[in-house]
Amino acid sequence: MSSQDIIARSATTTPMPSVRQVDEVAKLIDVSKCIGCKACQVACSEWNELRDEVGHNHGTYDNPADLTASSWTLMRFTEHETESDSLEWLIRKDGCMHCAEPGCLAACPSPGAIVKYANGIVDFNQDKCIGCGYCITGCPFNIPRISAKDHKAYKCTLCSDRVAVGLEPACVKTCPTGAIVFGTKEAMKQHAEERIVDLRSRGFAQAGLYDPPGVGGTHVMYVLHHADQPSLYAGLPDDPQISPMVSLWKGITKPLGLLGMGLVALLGFFHYVRVGRNVVEEDEHGPDPAVHQVDPAVHPYDPREPRV
Amino acid sequence: MTNHWVDIKNADLVLIMGGNAAEAHPCGFKWVTEAKAHNKARLIVVDPRFTRSASVADLYAPIRAGSDIAFLGGLINYLLEHDRIQHEYVRNYTDATFIVKEGFGFENGLFNGYDPNTRSYPDKSAWGYERGEDGYVLTDPTLSHPRCVFNLLKQHYSRYTADVVSNICGTPKDAMLKVWEAIAETAAPDKTMTIMYALGWTQHSVGSQMIRTGAMVQLLLGNIGMPGGGMNALRGHSNIQGLTDLGLLSNLLPGYLTLPSDAEQDYAAYIARRTSQPLRPGQLSYWQNYEKFHVSLMKAWYGKNAAAENNWGYDWLPKLDIPGYDVLKVFDMMYEGKINGYFCQGFNPIAAFPNKAKVAAGLARLKFLVVMDPLATDTSEFWRNAGDFNDVDPAQIQTTVFRLPTSCFAEEDGSLVNSGRWLQWHWKGAEPPGEARTDIAIMAGLFIRLRELYRSEGGAYPEPILNLDWPYLKPEEPSPEELAREFSGKALEDLTDPATGALLVKAGEQLSGFAQLRADGSTASGCWIFCGSWSAQGNLMARRDNADPYGMGQTLGWAWSWPANRRILYNRASADPSGKPWNPQKKRLVWWNGKAWTGTDVPDFKADSPPEDGMGPFIMNPEGVARFFAVDRMAEGPFPEHYEPFETPIGRNPLHPDNPQATCNPAARVFKGDLEVFGKAEEFPYVATTYRLTEHFHFWTKHCRLNAITQPEQFVEIGEALARELGIAAGDRVKVSSNRGYIRAVAVVTKRIRPLTVDGKTVHQVGIPLHWGFSGVARNGYLTNTLTPFVGDGNTQTPEFKSFLVNVEKA
Amino acid sequence: MNRDIQRYTASERSNHWAVAILFVLAALSGLALFHPALFWLSQLFGGGPWTRILHPFLGLAMFLFFLWLAMRFARHNRFDANDRRWLRQWRDVVGNREERLPEVGRYNAGQKLLFWGLLLCMLVLLVTGFIIWRQYFSHLFGIELIRLASLLHAFAAWVLICSIIVHVYAGFWVKGSMGAMLSGRVSRGWARKHHAAWLKQVSPDEAKQR
Repeated sequence: MSSQDIIARSATTTPMPSVRQVDEVAKLIDVSKCIGCKACQVACSEWNELRDEVGHNHGTYDNPADLTASSWTLMRFTEHETESDSLEWLIRKDGCMHCAEPGCLAACPSPGAIVKYANGIVDFNQDKCIGCGYCITGCPFNIPRISAKDHKAYKCTLCSDRVAVGLEPACVKTCPTGAIVFGTKEAMKQHAEERIVDLRSRGFAQAGLYDPPGVGGTHVMYVLHHADQPSLYAGLPDDPQISPMVSLWKGITKPLGLLGMGLVALLGFFHYVRVGRNVVEEDEHGPDPAVHQVDPAVHPYDPREPRV
Repeated sequence: MTNHWVDIKNADLVLIMGGNAAEAHPCGFKWVTEAKAHNKARLIVVDPRFTRSASVADLYAPIRAGSDIAFLGGLINYLLEHDRIQHEYVRNYTDATFIVKEGFGFENGLFNGYDPNTRSYPDKSAWGYERGEDGYVLTDPTLSHPRCVFNLLKQHYSRYTADVVSNICGTPKDAMLKVWEAIAETAAPDKTMTIMYALGWTQHSVGSQMIRTGAMVQLLLGNIGMPGGGMNALRGHSNIQGLTDLGLLSNLLPGYLTLPSDAEQDYAAYIARRTSQPLRPGQLSYWQNYEKFHVSLMKAWYGKNAAAENNWGYDWLPKLDIPGYDVLKVFDMMYEGKINGYFCQGFNPIAAFPNKAKVAAGLARLKFLVVMDPLATDTSEFWRNAGDFNDVDPAQIQTTVFRLPTSCFAEEDGSLVNSGRWLQWHWKGAEPPGEARTDIAIMAGLFIRLRELYRSEGGAYPEPILNLDWPYLKPEEPSPEELAREFSGKALEDLTDPATGALLVKAGEQLSGFAQLRADGSTASGCWIFCGSWSAQGNLMARRDNADPYGMGQTLGWAWSWPANRRILYNRASADPSGKPWNPQKKRLVWWNGKAWTGTDVPDFKADSPPEDGMGPFIMNPEGVARFFAVDRMAEGPFPEHYEPFETPIGRNPLHPDNPQATCNPAARVFKGDLEVFGKAEEFPYVATTYRLTEHFHFWTKHCRLNAITQPEQFVEIGEALARELGIAAGDRVKVSSNRGYIRAVAVVTKRIRPLTVDGKTVHQVGIPLHWGFSGVARNGYLTNTLTPFVGDGNTQTPEFKSFLVNVEKA
Repeated sequence: MNRDIQRYTASERSNHWAVAILFVLAALSGLALFHPALFWLSQLFGGGPWTRILHPFLGLAMFLFFLWLAMRFARHNRFDANDRRWLRQWRDVVGNREERLPEVGRYNAGQKLLFWGLLLCMLVLLVTGFIIWRQYFSHLFGIELIRLASLLHAFAAWVLICSIIVHVYAGFWVKGSMGAMLSGRVSRGWARKHHAAWLKQVSPDEAKQR
């Protein structure tokens, strides 16, 4: 995507290009259709040329056990017993949500290391990444990971390289059941509506769309059977938002802080101007060369008096 | 599949039982989601485990591994008791009205004519129909005759009450009744259920009968031949359907023609026995054309050398001295030291066959082993000591192993036959690496050298080799196109219409279908059911037109489907006896337009036979209708009966507690020595079942990094209750042992396997995925088939991988 | 005859300036990450990644030197009743009307306040710095704690920097103070004016004079 597509940029305080009118895109993950086959995990690794370590089984189906710098998406499996004692195996594809108000971008101190495109994709520029990990601190979804090899932050790019040339993300292309679909955000919301009607007809009265307003909505959305309890799905935040602590840390306090420091310095300066230094008189041997003696021969110039 | 993948979208109800389509067939499973999303279909999963398929199901019921006949038998009883059947369909399209011979009987778990010494039914003569004076079978359209199939069926399954079934299967009664009721709804003529099954039914000692029971349910509901219906076997390898079609089983020839037995030395008798005559007036009985297919096959193989004078080379065909040389038989013979060389092409027997110890011992008794495979398989390294995973002493193994690297499917052109019988041409995507050669090149090289040896040195009976026709442009490597044209078939002489004398096909031209095959040697076709796949119009398998004018998903211009590009078998049954679709709105498949049969699919019927002539839709059967009563075709008897797995957790058959002969499949073959290593519940109390995971493909993808990442390490699945009992936590290492060996693996403790109450006992089930071995980039592990018993289905000899006994301990 | 008084030993002066230099480096590298407008400061350290790499080590080194310094000076920084009076008369302090203030010991109350303030800031920076030190330590902590630590780290750094600005200005303002930390010596007049009580302590003849 070109620089004109960048509508937000980390550690940047001036407005970004805004002339380009682009439809916002979204990836919709229908959890009720997902069978947890992990084809998306493999497709993601294939397209992005990632190869994680061959790990261990930790007593669950989740493999790798967590997102890493080389695993940008993974299935999280939850066995949930409902009140009626029936079982649900909730399988959620985890990865970057591409928030409209990205916490990572807000937290990032390196100008341009995190950008948001006009179509909604939030992308990391590893060449500008300094590896501080503030993006992790800022993210309400615990997504970015720092590579132990190069100390750069990585996460799902929503295949911004593919989307830029009109292709769908690799995970979407590969999903065998059509659980992951991609299109304009509007179209995805409509699609979700149909799915929700279907799910309600199957007894999921609380089925709904997960497009959390706390982060301004996301460009990766879920259709959930239990939209009233997102946290059932391996801890998907019920009401994600940029943590108040992060807002405080990265928000208005920053310019105020700078101002504060400047004021303290100015205070000193004006103290000097108005009050002056605290000098020990008895130590002063002879006139201070810094202070000019007033020559009685020199009179101050008064323009009202005619010159003689 | 009687139907095909895309057609699943037409279903109103999908039953996944004896399979885990989401896990093992995730790509095909898209059509289940399609049916759910756009046809408001409901999905039911019945499985010992709450599977990935169950995770998206509307209804799930647990079942004890190996008890599916009881579940389905109970369903049959439920449908009959509650009168939830498609009456018109059952009366007109099945053998329900046929009257069975008087001698037929069933008592205390056994049908008449059982011989316990040979573990078989040597005399099946009473398993047949009463014949009238005209030679045709007697029927009773009123279904009141006590020995009509319908009443025998009713009587047979009347024992399968909900309580009895729940007691055998361990399925809670309310869950079971919910499933049955949902299925019963598809008895409505305009509604269909599809059944998707796979190795969860085939890999039992009663596997064939499980599938039959499913088919019987479908017939009662009128779901065979219907869009969105059918019995749909999901094939595990991309081209295993093609291999089956070309003669996978050792007693088969291509196109489901059969090899003669030793007793069949006379050609005419061989043909006559297979040319089944109609059992009812006006029926087609398509196997009457057997000789046309057979002669065309022999002409494809032997060319000019097959002639009328030598009975088309009949003597060159091997004659079976036993029913078949299936894999269990062959490895038993190897184990007995009766085989000294083995060509292992695209197989990994030490991993894929039961009782690894026995298979490995057999391999060690070979003089030579040739492995043709794209990968360095475990079998090719069976002699390598891999610690506890393969604890052998290489010094004691004298087998010479030749590894011939082959290309894989993506490195060659050719056709693949999918589960839905579509022959889809594919094109090479990359060159094979290193010294790898195509299987065709390797086999052709072997053939040419063997023929040269026979030519120069003679040898016992060289004719079958020397007479083989080898007309390929590059004899050392026939092209896939040449072979494809050969199995499709061509005219060897000008073919004329016998009635008008008009020229139909010029000599040398490709045939357009098996209807053109002749028994006079004027046609050649290497596999009659594939005839027409490469016609005069060219390679129809390479077509990629997905136009779907009726919106029924039949896409007749996409690839080519056997037989005759027909997408749904028995599709005549999708229309009522008068020729109108049962559901003219949503399930239009074929219909009678006043002059001919036409429709959205190629009619599976005699195109000009008007409905009033009463020809039945099951034209391959001499009955013209579908069979509830299997006559003498099944080893265990005409009606499926529940028998326990050979390793049963309850030690008796609750249906026949007093008859030990009827505990397990009485007609299954058990080799000497294997009976002794079947485990008993006292020592091995838990039911184990083995299966695939979606992250892996058999024993191949443990060689692939990406697959290894997604499931890196061997594990077993244990229910929470059992884990608590044994003090096992998720992530612990456990030892799972059967009477044949043990494996160690990580425990996945899950809510998805719950204990069941069976025959008054609590039965725990343990799930054992099979993908690990002692080679590959995934963490090495034990071959799961170290544990499995060496016994197979009574008809196909498919090993009983899905139900056996183990013990579990913390390792 | 030079009657100047030794106020700081060479070791103390070195210690102080080590802290000071490390503070400047840590502050500049920290400020680079504190606000986008100051990110250019990262160029002083060889770019963003080097800034990220160096900052925690600089901070840690600063803390250790400061700790050493603090252990040397802590006993001089105990508050007493005079300090409270001194603080109440802050107007006289900033107005250079020292003669109205109570006699000051080695350090005045402002200096003491600064001392304890710096120590507190340093401790907070140390603890929170470890928590947000992504490369080695962050994986040991929960996200909420990391967020809190990030906030506290920035706040403590802000307090510290503001305090140091005051400290630096005070050093310049009170003529002779800068020299004291450079040469270690102060004039008797300086001591008499600013730290009379201390002068009495360290100089017996001064005590006699009075």
